[in-house]
Amino acid sequence: MKIRQVNRAAWAFALLILAVPVLAHHGNAAFDSDKRVTLKGTVTEWFWANPHCFLQFDAKDDSGNVVHWVAEGSNPPDMINHGWTKGALKVGDQITVTVIPVKNGKPIGRIAAVVLPNGQKLDGGFGAPGPPAAR
Amino acid sequence: MTRRLVASVIALAGVSVLVVRTRAQDMPRQPGAVYDFDKKGETPAPAPKRDLTGVWEPATGPSGGVQATGAGQMPSDGKPEHELPYTPLGRETFMAHKPTFGVTQVPSALTNDPMPGCNPQGFPRVVLHNFRTSRIIQTPENVVILYEFNKKWRTIWTDGRQLPKDPTEPTWGPPDPPESRWWGYSVGKWVDDYTFVAESNGFDDRTWLDNAGRPHSDALHVIEQYHRLDRDHLEMTITIDDPKMYTKPWVAVKLRLRLQAPSFDIREMECAPIETEEYNKEFADPAAGVGAK
Repeated sequence: MKIRQVNRAAWAFALLILAVPVLAHHGNAAFDSDKRVTLKGTVTEWFWANPHCFLQFDAKDDSGNVVHWVAEGSNPPDMINHGWTKGALKVGDQITVTVIPVKNGKPIGRIAAVVLPNGQKLDGGFGAPGPPAAR
Repeated sequence: MTRRLVASVIALAGVSVLVVRTRAQDMPRQPGAVYDFDKKGETPAPAPKRDLTGVWEPATGPSGGVQATGAGQMPSDGKPEHELPYTPLGRETFMAHKPTFGVTQVPSALTNDPMPGCNPQGFPRVVLHNFRTSRIIQTPENVVILYEFNKKWRTIWTDGRQLPKDPTEPTWGPPDPPESRWWGYSVGKWVDDYTFVAESNGFDDRTWLDNAGRPHSDALHVIEQYHRLDRDHLEMTITIDDPKMYTKPWVAVKLRLRLQAPSFDIREMECAPIETEEYNKEFADPAAGVGAK
């Protein structure tokens, strides 16, 4: 009986380990799609790569504590179509970010909009990029 | 003197017409990805015969071929008209798949999608997931399609060879051992001057058909039709035929494509494991509630 329980536990552990490396990017299930959070922050990293670009920044919460946020954009070709470049952000830039947060309450989300230091407002690169004249 | 003048005027008029005719389409372009889209009131020139060559983009724009929730004609959205004609095995296999999109979507930590981590999504998923800018090249022996998505390519043979007879143990000839492929075996032919039809089989059944986890077996047979509507437009239709998974063939994609300038530079969209690892560590894992962050 005990051996069976150990076996089950071992299988459960093995499945858990196997599940970690196959974590998928994309997918909407993790996000609170109807919610938006707008934050003023300082860029700590702008990662320009596939499968998706992501932005890391520090922003103060309501109590004045610095919270480290991570927010993903789309892939580089889509980001370019939405007006982004690899050099659009650099460490230390002051920005305003609107994110679609994850459901688990962590400071993680998907970019809904970013106001760059020059005032330009860009979306997260998802969906249709707007009329050709706008590009 | 008069004859010379008349000849000059005629020649000048000819050159002017030529300039006006070619200016819109053939002006020197800056290298790079500058999209061409349909303009109001524009009438494209007639289609060239038996010619698919060029760089093609979904006519509605760069995101027009993104099919996040499943094959464009049959998305996994719960609508009765998008219910696929599953066999019992097809339904059972679909329900065993755990995609991150569609009506059976699960959080990313629970998916069994075979693609993440830069594994090959193969054909037809490359087209049923994300048809992006693609270049078609024709040679006397084949049609080659270069896909932007994950920087992949396929060869469709037009030299008269037949598809492998047994799709479950595919081979082009007796010296070759049976070898199923992520991208299958493809042959094609012109059925008229403007319509090219390709067929493929011999697939590795570890791939999914689309992002929503639609299944296929080793008996999958894919029919592609490329119909050149005019010089600027090509209509691509993809039909899925898999008697083990579906009771009848179904049209998965019908997409109108727009020809781009010869100078169009297709952007790089490479799945690099080193970048995916960083993305998972910093974003995807914590977003899914896994990891220390």
